[in-house]
Amino acid sequence: MSISKEEVDKIATLARLKFTPEEKLKLQQELSGILDYVNQLTQITESSAASDLDSRALNLMREDIAAAELNPTEFLDQANGQQDGFVKVKSVF
Amino acid sequence: MDYKDLTLKHAANMLARKETSAMELATAALARIRALEPKLHAFLHVSEERALADAKLADERLKGGDDAQILGIPYALKDNILAKDLPLTAGSKILKNYKAVYDATVVRKLSNLNPVLVGKTNLDEFAMGSSTENSAYGPTKNPYDLLRVPGGSSGGSAAAVASGEVLFALGTDTGGSIRQPASFCGVVGLKPTYGRVSRFGAVALGSSLDQIGVFAKTVEDASIAFQAFAGSDAHDTTTIPVPVPDYSKFLGSDLKGLKVGVPNEYFGEGLDPEVKQIIEQAISKFEKMGAVVSETTLPHASYALACYYIILPVEISANLSRYDGIRYGLSEPGQNLTQVYENTRTAGFGEEPKRRIMIGTYASSAGYKDAYYKKAQTAQKLIRRDFKEAFEKFDILLTPTCPTPAFKLGERVADPISMYLADIFTVGLNIAGVPGISIPAGITKSGLPVGLQLIANHFAEEKLFAAGDAFEKINNLKLTPPIS
Repeated sequence: MSISKEEVDKIATLARLKFTPEEKLKLQQELSGILDYVNQLTQITESSAASDLDSRALNLMREDIAAAELNPTEFLDQANGQQDGFVKVKSVF
Repeated sequence: MDYKDLTLKHAANMLARKETSAMELATAALARIRALEPKLHAFLHVSEERALADAKLADERLKGGDDAQILGIPYALKDNILAKDLPLTAGSKILKNYKAVYDATVVRKLSNLNPVLVGKTNLDEFAMGSSTENSAYGPTKNPYDLLRVPGGSSGGSAAAVASGEVLFALGTDTGGSIRQPASFCGVVGLKPTYGRVSRFGAVALGSSLDQIGVFAKTVEDASIAFQAFAGSDAHDTTTIPVPVPDYSKFLGSDLKGLKVGVPNEYFGEGLDPEVKQIIEQAISKFEKMGAVVSETTLPHASYALACYYIILPVEISANLSRYDGIRYGLSEPGQNLTQVYENTRTAGFGEEPKRRIMIGTYASSAGYKDAYYKKAQTAQKLIRRDFKEAFEKFDILLTPTCPTPAFKLGERVADPISMYLADIFTVGLNIAGVPGISIPAGITKSGLPVGLQLIANHFAEEKLFAAGDAFEKINNLKLTPPIS
């Protein structure tokens, strides 16, 4: 299993990461190696096992009650920019 | 008795009998930390101010007749668990100047009983790793051999307990990050059932696998600390409201007739001969105590690590998308919003998070999802079925925690897969959601600790404490790290 340079570029764009040409080459090799390792899963021939095994898939519901547990100002103070009680960001376009 | 040799239980008894004070213990902890840290680097942040404030309050409560078992006991938190007003880095540069604005539920629960928080411990960046070498702030060393790794990702917590800096420490375990360092550092490490402990306020890695657990010097100490933070939480809807038993009732149990399964998949190729020997000796001790030990099989165990390295990176790529330079943490400037994201993430994340984000993005992208993620989900169901069937026959399962003792610093850094293989015996439990505990079982000829892993069915942590406590007493292993 090998990953092409173009695929590395495509995944990096999706992941919002930038790499130097040397890093890309290294990643190409490392990702191919990891995919080779996980490819042993293709040996599994059983189709999806019985759904009754999902005993932990349990919906827990509660009332949605407003409570002042956290201070919004403290959260806003962590942001790089803020204005009028909102987080300020660069323009999208 | 020297502070470094105290157990949590012993210290609690001394506090109850007024033979020491919380302030005296806190001062001893801080002195020990000051003496060892230049060599050990178990801590990313030591908070003397917080420790002394907690100790002062604990002494007032002790005077008022309060005697909760962790009251006044010095402890540490892995630096991916939020404690209000203290820094939190998760071992990453992207959170270098972050300060927690609220307490994790586990911290809030512990604080009700007033232990003494002395600081935040080192970890692999975002808990991704098996050696702490992926920490952006440099590795922690193993207190038994400073040239070796303490294991990871909760290596700082393991080393801090092993070296007598604190009496217990919290960690997180996504694929072995508590049990593997516990094995390498000769301490007890518990990974609870998925759903037993709230993760609210813990930095998310793989949300379907992450659990918060505890390191301590003895099984009894681990059970006392665990009692304080186990249980469901409205802030984490993955917690399940199964009643938490009084774990102290299960200590000192008789193991006569206990059905112990030994899965043969854990004793094959790659298992260090000395580790094998130590685990076999442990098995005979269980037999000596009257347990009925039989061989068994977990047929899909060999798929656990491959399954993990699909499910986990996919969850990582989603969970780490929040580090974008907007709401908190590092923010690198750019011409537009996309550039802010890219520049921040490229500068802030280390090599391993980037590698895993890339794998996860690939495995969950259009065209590959069926080939990888769906296959991994099938493997997960089969692995869960293996454990379910095993627990129809056995009370607990017994395995080595790791195939080897602690390896040398630098030995596995260049080869990601060899590093991933350090978790081969521990990941299956996270995939299945079952609890496990690593208990020191022996020591190699070169003086390195080796851990034994006990596994129980969902929400049966008390069985781990009962069997672990009995084994610890009969094994009577005296471990003292050479660091001073």
